[in-house]
Formats: sequence, C-alpha cells, structure tokens
Amino acid sequence: MSQTPSELKYASSHEWARLEEDGSVTVGITDHAQEALGDVVFVELPEVGSNIAAGEEAGVVESVKAASDIYAPVGGEVLAVNPQLEDEPETVNSDPYNDGWFFKLQPTDASELDALLNAADYQARCDEDD
Amino acid sequence: MSLLTTPLDTLHRELGAKMVPFAGYDMPVQYPDGIIKEHLHTRAAAGLFDVSHMGQVVIEGPGAAAMLEGLVPVDIEALENNRQTYALFTNTRGGVLDDLIITRWAQDRFFLVVNAACKAQDIEHLRAHLSGQSLQVLEQQALLALQGPRAREVMSELCPEAAKLVFMQGCHTAIDGVDVYITCSGYTGEDGFEISVPAAEAEALARKLLAWEQVAPVGLGARDSLRLEAGLCLYGNELTEDIDPVQAGLLWSISKSRREDGERAGGFPGADVVFERIRNRPALRRVGLKVEGKRPVRAGQAVTDADGNKVGEVCSAGYGASVGGPVAMAYVQRTVGEPGTALAVDVRGKPVSVTVARMPFTPQRYYRG
Repeated sequence: MSQTPSELKYASSHEWARLEEDGSVTVGITDHAQEALGDVVFVELPEVGSNIAAGEEAGVVESVKAASDIYAPVGGEVLAVNPQLEDEPETVNSDPYNDGWFFKLQPTDASELDALLNAADYQARCDEDD
Repeated sequence: MSLLTTPLDTLHRELGAKMVPFAGYDMPVQYPDGIIKEHLHTRAAAGLFDVSHMGQVVIEGPGAAAMLEGLVPVDIEALENNRQTYALFTNTRGGVLDDLIITRWAQDRFFLVVNAACKAQDIEHLRAHLSGQSLQVLEQQALLALQGPRAREVMSELCPEAAKLVFMQGCHTAIDGVDVYITCSGYTGEDGFEISVPAAEAEALARKLLAWEQVAPVGLGARDSLRLEAGLCLYGNELTEDIDPVQAGLLWSISKSRREDGERAGGFPGADVVFERIRNRPALRRVGLKVEGKRPVRAGQAVTDADGNKVGEVCSAGYGASVGGPVAMAYVQRTVGEPGTALAVDVRGKPVSVTVARMPFTPQRYYRG
C-alpha cells in the first residue's frame, strides 16, 4: 500500500508539494507514482533560476519502463534542485517524500497550494485508478 | 478479449507480481524486488522465469527433418538427438516470421519452442507444410527457465542428470517422479536451463525451485533487459517480416549446407532474397549502442549522425543493470555501423550521444563442457 502523508498537498498528475517554514515549496513525486513507474534510472530537473507556471512541465522522470513528465504543482522561481538524483535516481523509489525530492520553488502566489488536493482526496483519486 | 493465464498464475499473485498483458497472456512484468534487482540477481545467482506462454509443438513422422528444412535455413538433417538449434521461419521475401528453437527428440521427432505472440501463426504455417507428419501442440505443458551462474548447482541437487547438459543439449528425465524435458538453454546470456513440465505439476516445481536460496522469481521486465545486454534479438523489435537474417546479423544461424554454395542449398522460403543479401550485404545492419550518461533512449527513436541526419532507428532499448547504464540496439546504415562510431539518438528533441558498440554488452557465459 502506498504512503500519502497528510501534511502534503498533491497534484492529480502525482506530484507532491510541501510548504516549508521559509515560504518555499518543495516538490517531488508521490509514493504511488514511483511504485507505478518502477525503478527510476534518470531524472531531468528544471534549471535553477528559471520560472515555471503552475501546471507547466518542469522535468522528466525516466524509469526502466517509461518516461513521464513532471509538472510544477504551483508556479514560481526554481531555487534549488536535488543534486543527489543525478547519481542516485533510485532515491526517488526508496524515499519519495524526503531524500527523493525533485526541486524547490519560491512560489509566485502561495495560494495556488489551496487549489491542490489534500491527502485523502489524492488517495481516493489513486484508488479509482487501481 | 480476456487474457489467458499460465499454470503459475496463482503463484505470481502470491509472490506480489505486477501483472501485465503480454501476447494475450496475463504475465508478471516484475515482482516486489523490481526489474533492476531481478536482473542483477539473475547475473549473480539464479532467476526463475515463467515462459509458459511460449508455444511448445511436436512434429513427428517420416520426413520430419526435410519438412522443417523446407521452412528454416538450418541443417536439420545433421542435428543429433537431444541437440537444439536456433532457427528462423523465413517468408518468401526473405523476412522473418518468427525465431524459434528446434530440438531433435528422435530421427523423425522434433520439439519446437516458438514465441507466444507468433504461436497461432506459426502453428498454422507448420500445418500448411506438413507432408504426412503429425503436429501436436503441447497445450498442457508449462515452461520454466532457470537462468544464472548458480543455476547449475541448483540443478545438480534437483536433477543430477540434467546438470551434465551442455549448451543447446537436452534430456528426457524426471523430477520427483514427474516426466520433464530439460534443456541447457535460455535467453539471458547466462548458463541455465529450460524445463518443460506438465501444467498440473508446474506450480509445485516452481515452489521447489524458489526454496533454494540462490533462486528468486524474475519477471518479463528483467527478461527483456537481460536479453538486450546479451545482444539477443526479440521478435517484433529486431526481427520482423521486413527484416532479413543478414540485416539482423544472424548469418551465423544459416547453416553452411543451406547456403548458396552448400550441398543442400536453398529450399526454404525467400532463399533467393537471402542469398542476394549475403552476396551484396543489406544497406542496414543491426548494431549495439552504448549510451553516454544516464538518460535512457527508447525503441522507435531516430539515430542521427554528427550532422543530425537520420541514419537509423532504435529497435530495443533499456537499462542495462549489469552495464550500469542505458543500452540499445538499432538498425543503422552500414556506413555508420562500425564499432566506435559516434552517433546520437533523438530523445524527444534532445540529442543523446551514443557509440556503436560490440555486442553482447555483457559476456555470454554459456556452459559448453
């Protein structure tokens, strides 16, 4: 059974977003997504300093089986990307909500987070797909 | 259309397999360990594969060898009892209808293993060419493959007689009183065995094999990455009705005696086309591609030269877990097909650098005695 931490917000395209204390938003893909993808072998991340709108393509995650686009759950400027994913993309499988984070944004409009799904609604969405 | 299941269906689900439709069957693509771990386990110890979806056919009767020689460019007459050969069913255009393994069981009796996706068509093709022989589809036989460097030590405890087999040799024997046919063959590049066992006994045998600490279940995902690293063709990817054996790099599979200057030259469908290709070499050839970096390339993507001109297309690609990076096979123009040639693959608009590489990507470790 995949994990869906209640303190995070979710996009229906299977990204999670966490509002940090400093006002930035950390983004990754969900446990459900990593499980469906299988072994992750490559992650393409956005450029630090670039601006991405909510719902815009922000990168690609490639597993042994397929390539999948990653979308920004909220808009903003990319503050950092996870350097660990370059050499150890499998971290996305082993720890999707912590060490397997993808990138950090400075949100243009933090209220965009409110438009995302909460854990229960996201989980219900995944259950429908299964 | 509902999916067919193999005799190990219950076991797959119990083991936590992720099931996917493949050639009309509900098959395990991976178990909870995942494709990379299953791949590495097979290269390090032994993997157990359910290949019961493949077709098992027996052709029997006077002239069976000659009848088969009418369909494949292989010296079947010279095949010894309990020896196997790789073969191709060719079409009249010199293309490939399927690749298969033929084992001689007796002077006039042959055992064929064909691809699941081509099974119905192959059986029809064989039936249409029978000349007094009988054809029996072994619907009630499962097929298990045990592959890896420790497969032989497991076999020496399970069935000592079979543990003596060398590559492409088989024997009729019994395991716990159940009649089986075991061959030393497989499609991973490793030493290993394939066991044809009655469907009703297959689950018990699989459970018994899994009880060895060396043995873990391996799904179709790793089966594909293992065969890709081993440089082996997959029907539908490297082989199609429009690709001839020479282009596919399978000239070795055409017996000397069946070639243009052989004592029993031709006599198989498309022989004239195949001979022309041997003389003039086809414009395209199958090559291995070593991919720079970690970004995987995928089947169907274009291969380009240094100037960005399209020179070919990827036919199989995946993550070579033992190589430690992405690997691929492609059909490219012969002029850029030499090992070491720098090319690129167009991955959704991004050129990824690749180098033409010798295959196999990982050394084959067949046991030849």
